[in-house]
Amino acid sequence: MADSQTAPLEPITAADGTPLKKKLAQALFRSRVRAVSLVVPLFAFVMASFVIPIIALMWQGVYNDRFSSHMPNLTEQLTMWDGLTEPNEKMFEALVADLKTARADRTIGRAATRVNQESPGTRSLFTSTARKAKKLKPPFKESVIKANKKWGNIEVWQAMKITSQDLTPGFYATALDGRYTVDQGFVRQDENRQIYVKLFWRTMLISATVMGLCLLLGYPVAYLLATLPLRTSNLLMIMVLLPFWTSLLVRTTAWIAILQSQGVINDLMVFVGITADDARFSLIYNMTGTIIAMTHILLPFMILPLYSVMKTIPPSYMRAARSLGATPTMAFIKVYMPQTIPGIGAGGLLVFILAIGYYITPALVGGQDGQLISNMIAYHMQKSLNWSLAAALGGILLAGVLVLYWAYDKVIGIDNMKLG
Amino acid sequence: MSGLTKKIIAIAGASAFVSSAAIAADLTVVSWGGAYTKSQVEAYHKPWMAKTGKAIVSEDYGGGIAEIKAQVESGNVTWDVVDVELSDAIRACDEGLLEPIDHSILPPAPDGTPATEDFLPGTLHDCAVANIVWSSVYAYDSSKTRNWNKPTTMADFFNTKAFPGKRGMRKSPKVTMEFALIADGVPVSEVYNVLGTEEGVARAFAKLDTIKDDVVWWEAGAQPPQLLADGEVVFSTAWNGRVFNAKNAEGQSFEMVWDGQIYDLDLWVIPKGSKNKEAALDFVAFSTATEQLAAQASWISYGPARASSEARIGTFHSDDSINMADHMPTAAANFKNALQNDFEFWADNADQLNERFNAWLSS
Repeated sequence: MADSQTAPLEPITAADGTPLKKKLAQALFRSRVRAVSLVVPLFAFVMASFVIPIIALMWQGVYNDRFSSHMPNLTEQLTMWDGLTEPNEKMFEALVADLKTARADRTIGRAATRVNQESPGTRSLFTSTARKAKKLKPPFKESVIKANKKWGNIEVWQAMKITSQDLTPGFYATALDGRYTVDQGFVRQDENRQIYVKLFWRTMLISATVMGLCLLLGYPVAYLLATLPLRTSNLLMIMVLLPFWTSLLVRTTAWIAILQSQGVINDLMVFVGITADDARFSLIYNMTGTIIAMTHILLPFMILPLYSVMKTIPPSYMRAARSLGATPTMAFIKVYMPQTIPGIGAGGLLVFILAIGYYITPALVGGQDGQLISNMIAYHMQKSLNWSLAAALGGILLAGVLVLYWAYDKVIGIDNMKLG
Repeated sequence: MSGLTKKIIAIAGASAFVSSAAIAADLTVVSWGGAYTKSQVEAYHKPWMAKTGKAIVSEDYGGGIAEIKAQVESGNVTWDVVDVELSDAIRACDEGLLEPIDHSILPPAPDGTPATEDFLPGTLHDCAVANIVWSSVYAYDSSKTRNWNKPTTMADFFNTKAFPGKRGMRKSPKVTMEFALIADGVPVSEVYNVLGTEEGVARAFAKLDTIKDDVVWWEAGAQPPQLLADGEVVFSTAWNGRVFNAKNAEGQSFEMVWDGQIYDLDLWVIPKGSKNKEAALDFVAFSTATEQLAAQASWISYGPARASSEARIGTFHSDDSINMADHMPTAAANFKNALQNDFEFWADNADQLNERFNAWLSS
């Protein structure tokens, strides 16, 4: 046994005398640096144009200093106030001081708009009182209430106290049809103003329907693409890709021309006699129109992943199953379909995630019951300029997608997904 | 942190909105596109360019102050003059997004009346100078034979028994709710008082309920003429200039019903931090002079904001038989039962009423 023990080996060296191990590490390091430096521009680009803006926007969903930065004195007083007792003279004094500066700086609208989000109708209260602020004399409580009796209303002050807190759950509460109040915490929004939760559910429902329809329509097409002889399948592929390359707006407006009540389909139905001229079907400007147009637009996103997976399934598997006695249906269900699951998963997830963020198509053909939550987000980004609420709505949507993604990973496994 | 946050978002927003920032121009003027922008190019841009030798780049947008806000907050202002609605002008001014405009730069009327007296009441503001008065009305296609008499009142729009068929309305509580109250018999002078109460809002929605199943909602100003031409709707609310243009430039046989019209202003504003502020101020003063406002009126049927321009309104640019003065929202025959959009009411209540309107739509 003793002679089997060998003396410690001299490390193997490269031609220049450095140990081979070290040399290898150096070479690997260099290639790694090269690889990383190739990715750096993309990484920096994605960070700067995508990740950081998203984080910044999400931050706006819980943080809004529009009030406190423009009404600093009043914010200080409101922090000390308990929110229940009668507002005191000091608070009125701070109000007048801040109104004066805000009026001079032309920033009064910013604070006013912020409070108006909490308590509708207070915007003009601020702007009109700010115009008179210079003339107001102590005691301020009396003169301010005299200028506009709404200032005697404790709800206005409570709304200001809420808005004076920079870090606030208020926008998320609004996004879930609730309200955050000083005295009662979270309460339900008035019934006739509840809209967002309903829209979230409708968005999920429409997205799921579109995904289901895409799968139903896309699966046979992908199968044909993968199994037909090249000449025919190429032609078919062009027919799938051509609409894919056409502008989204063109395709949406084409659907308007086809589906509207004086459109091709309705004309045909009247001509054939399925329906009377004055009882044409409403196929557009409602949920039906949204689902039809979105299914058409998102169909390639289902077909292409399915196709790429089906292409890799050797036809011999089906033949083997048949030769072992399976009926065609049985062979398809037991042998072929399980192998396409990665494609179904990828296509389904892709279509679903694209569908819940869709907004141009629903905006054009949605009418009154085909609107999605993304239309509301666009409204708050572009029209009402309530970016914090838009951020909160977007945050909830993002969380919803992540939950679904997580669930998908648990049930099917993300490694199983194949995009091509 | 928050200032930085806002800046980042604003930059991201601005870069998404503005793709033509790289074009070098002496002045970038932004307006609503279509026949309206064309009327401004003919009446304002071309003469101004001839006078000053400077180049104007004309851009289109869809209204609202989101782009202005994004540009001002990111410190990268590429728009110099923007055509906005009154409520947006007031709001943007209150939020410090606009340059103040000194009214003394505005030229007097040809007879020497100072500008501040020549402009119609309510058309001059701290940061905005009005150029036109436009109006929301409803229209129908008179070439399509139907079994009814001509509609004449706002109530007819809501009367589906006498006037069966679909109606086009703008998908927004603004104007829609006022129309509903006028149709329900509220005098125009009382509309905003009524709408300011809970019962008034309920009353407007109750009136809208009566036609809810018959409404096709539109969002872009180009849609109503299309809906009418396609026969998709029998009536549609619309902007009067668009209907006029479809009728006289595109040969459609549309008729307008002026009863219960709601008129509003379009104004020039200058985003704060405009790089061509001097040229922008000069353009605003030039384009709102009596001659230019009158010239614009021969291209589109929007009323000039100056009293002295009204007497100089001519005929339609391509058809001398059309006397433009008769087609203005402010023409006596059209103005009988008119309501001015109350920007302050909407500044206060837009958020709340929009939520209620959307909840109502989807219920």
